[in-house]
Amino acid sequence: MSGVHVSTTINGDAVEFICNADEPLLDVLRNRLGMTGSKEGCGTGDCGACSVTVNGRLVCSCLVLGAEVQGAKVETIEGMAKGDKLHPLQKNFISHAALQCGICTPGFLIAAKVLLDKNPNPSEEEIRFGLAGNLCRCTGYDKIVRAVQATAKEMRGA
Amino acid sequence: MPLDTNFTNQKFKQVGTRPLRPDGVDKVTGRAKYGADYNAPGQLIALVLRSPHAHAKIKKIDTSKAEKLPGVKAIITSADLPDLTGGDRGMRDMLENCMARKKVLYDGHAVAAVAAIDQTTARKALKLIQVDYEILPHVTDVDEALKPSAPVIHNDIFTEGVEPKPTKPSNNNKRASFGHGDIAQGFKDADIIVEHTYKTEQTHQGYIEPHACVANVSPDGQGELWVCTQGHFVYRNQCAALLGMDISKLRVTASEIGGGFGGKTHIWAEPLALALSRKANRPVKLTMSREEVFRCSGPTSSTSIDMKIGAKRDGTITAAHGVLRYHGGAFPATWAEFGAMTAFACYDLKNVKSESIEVIVNRPKTAAYRAPSAPMAAFAVESAVDELAKKIGMDPVELRIKNAAKQGTQSSYGPVYGPIGIGATLEAAKNHPHMKAPLGKNQGRGMACGFWFNFGGQTCADLNVTPDGTVTLAVGTIDVGGSRASIGLMAAEELGIPYENVRVVVADTSSLGHNDMTDGSRGTFSTGLATIAAARNAIKVLCARAAKMWDIPEDAVIWEDGHAKPAGTNAGNFPPLSIKEIAAAAGNTGGPIAGHNELVADGAGVSFATHICDIEVDPETGRSTVKRYTVIQDAGKAIHPSYVEGQYQGGAAQGIGWALNEEYIYGKDGRLQNAGFLDYRIPVCSDLPFIDTMILEIPNPNHPYGVRGVGETSIVPPLAAIANAMSNAVGVRMTHIPMSPPRVLKAISNRKH
Amino acid sequence: MAEVHLWGALRPIVGGALSVSVEAKNIRELFKVLAEQYPAFEPHLQRGIAVSINGKIYRDTWDQALPPDAEIYLLPRIPGG
Repeated sequence: MSGVHVSTTINGDAVEFICNADEPLLDVLRNRLGMTGSKEGCGTGDCGACSVTVNGRLVCSCLVLGAEVQGAKVETIEGMAKGDKLHPLQKNFISHAALQCGICTPGFLIAAKVLLDKNPNPSEEEIRFGLAGNLCRCTGYDKIVRAVQATAKEMRGA
Repeated sequence: MPLDTNFTNQKFKQVGTRPLRPDGVDKVTGRAKYGADYNAPGQLIALVLRSPHAHAKIKKIDTSKAEKLPGVKAIITSADLPDLTGGDRGMRDMLENCMARKKVLYDGHAVAAVAAIDQTTARKALKLIQVDYEILPHVTDVDEALKPSAPVIHNDIFTEGVEPKPTKPSNNNKRASFGHGDIAQGFKDADIIVEHTYKTEQTHQGYIEPHACVANVSPDGQGELWVCTQGHFVYRNQCAALLGMDISKLRVTASEIGGGFGGKTHIWAEPLALALSRKANRPVKLTMSREEVFRCSGPTSSTSIDMKIGAKRDGTITAAHGVLRYHGGAFPATWAEFGAMTAFACYDLKNVKSESIEVIVNRPKTAAYRAPSAPMAAFAVESAVDELAKKIGMDPVELRIKNAAKQGTQSSYGPVYGPIGIGATLEAAKNHPHMKAPLGKNQGRGMACGFWFNFGGQTCADLNVTPDGTVTLAVGTIDVGGSRASIGLMAAEELGIPYENVRVVVADTSSLGHNDMTDGSRGTFSTGLATIAAARNAIKVLCARAAKMWDIPEDAVIWEDGHAKPAGTNAGNFPPLSIKEIAAAAGNTGGPIAGHNELVADGAGVSFATHICDIEVDPETGRSTVKRYTVIQDAGKAIHPSYVEGQYQGGAAQGIGWALNEEYIYGKDGRLQNAGFLDYRIPVCSDLPFIDTMILEIPNPNHPYGVRGVGETSIVPPLAAIANAMSNAVGVRMTHIPMSPPRVLKAISNRKH
Repeated sequence: MAEVHLWGALRPIVGGALSVSVEAKNIRELFKVLAEQYPAFEPHLQRGIAVSINGKIYRDTWDQALPPDAEIYLLPRIPGG
């Protein structure tokens, strides 16, 4: 099988890999690069558990081909904390009990970070629609929305 | 010494606070390992070939072409899984559900499985397997399956629980009934009677993580299984039995679990991965796709329920009668029986009868879903109670308060209640500001009650004091929603040490004795009991070691605030010894310090909830939105209130999805038409409001801290609460769940004509 | 002598009675006596029966004593989610 050679940047690091032409970015991350923080809940772009950013844009990595990220900048959950410092969203998800099983959490954090990067002062409705592409079955979203609200407030204050 | 489980009303220092969960950082950094996150060196990838037919005879399976495909290392069919179940029907059904034998019984039923060097090869191999089917007539509807004209799915099923025993097989495997009094007389005494048939459609637990495992079986008969499950000990026992392995030789490690809600209490594909690994002599990874999760794991039953309730004009219910039909999918089950047990449990009734009819249909084998069977029964009962209130002209909360069960009431399922919380949740609902808030145009308010049993079961805990005085605690129940935090809190409370000094881990099956699953709201209840007992056993050892260090008798030492102290001035005048000091000296006072416990945790308290819901309906489209939602539930004692609130909110959200949108849709061909999150739409963030919670604490007399289970009851009232709100909003009684826009629109247009 | 109440599914195996009187000191003995007297009881026991003694439900503690005059109900062993 002939593979596609891809050079890209993931969480600031230069990365090279070879993948099949039809291989989703999610499979590349999880199976070839050992980055299992992005989760597969559906494989069809419906659940958001595999959310990453490509050149700053929020995508479901199960719907992007590995071959498409040639030359791009990819950010995943593994790059969210800076050294031993958690991102305020990560801290607030823990302190607000915004996760139960935690399988959706990486996707929510990526989506919430994109939301706050674009809109530092979102309304509740903007948060709810900003996160509507991510499914959570444990929490009823209540504590997730509150964690994002608290983070937005904290980051505006900082 | 057995643990005294009587409630003691002690004052807590740590229980009831909200510390950070120990698995938090791993879960926000992507480091936590779930089912599909583990890989074994040299592993093969497994895929399963599944039936496209709802009901068919398997005439022949030809795997020869697939076997010749380079990269294919093993193929299995039912021939590789001989029946070792020795007449145990439940185990045989489990085996047959994992892999079809003579017939396929539902769309998605496994017929063969392949292990190959990669996914692409495995996928090609599946296409090369030829299965000759003889298609049989099928039935997927719970009412249709009971008709004399319906195809009989199993010719060895004769209805149990009726006399004389039927001579012909049918799709009704069992009937049962509960109740007391004389309902005929009760209905004669009634001034007003309401009667309806209610239907609920099949829903899925909808956990975000698909089933996944890595199996590794060696030719020497030893094996390992990494798997996402609600009960790794139970999976171990069942897989070993089906594969003819010694239980001790199969070591199961539970991954972090990405949701279960009952769906991961049952083995589905794990025996296939083990059998493939054994045949290939290589590790095998098997991950279900989302489509497979919907088609061939274990959703809940769809139901059809006849409900009749009569009352006096003053609101006293004189008689209640329900006939509940639930299906178990393609295998015999007793889901209707559990529905019948719970149906009227909220009320103090003189004359009550609930009858259950179990049904078999060509759908996947039904599994537990959070308070299994109770939400559908509550939908029928609470809808009828609401209608009764309307006909009498009484406030629905008042009518429920008037008839609510209390301490000393004979429950509809038999026993007399001890202290229970239904009355308290109703009073709280009555006085809640939500009840008095104004409603807007096209809005309606509804409320409903719910009941669930909760239970305990077999449990172990192993607590070790490390040389620096911090503590490790190995438990055997899976943490589905933060139980490591609540169990750590209980250990810290007992030992009198900081919560941060206790590390709780879920041990593998070789490290602890058997533990039942995390189900029945039992995780924090029963592992909590075992933990309290283990901590108290460790304290005894710690006191004995302090006694040695002081050279005084053991019974002259007491434990207080994490320190050993002389019991009184007679015992001697020694400064307290900390756990750290005693641990440091352990090597010379008798060796490692530990406390263990193995117990059967019976006596989990029954649990009640009342929910209030406001809904707004768009009369043009039938689309509805939940505007406000309040959950009031008795927790007994909330160990970690944040995660108790989380359970309340999560159950309510699942109930909202079930009530308004979620349903399995089968075509005339018996195939599932919406096996994906796009077409089986669970609530998203923008569908829901904040979900307000109110935790009541009516102590369970059978737990030292008063804990009742909290995980399940929250899904029981929503179907009815939302149906009542909807009925108030549109002015028509809604009797079919989900109340999806087309159904609501139809109800509105029928009302107009 | 304990009066043991039966749920609907068990009644046919004792000839339709709502309850039976059994001489037994604990749950284990109760099950043993019932299985001896009513052979059709065994499959129900295999599937799981819980015993409510004065309102407290026991699923596994077969050593639990049956006090005289206790209120005893046999119930299906419930599953959870």
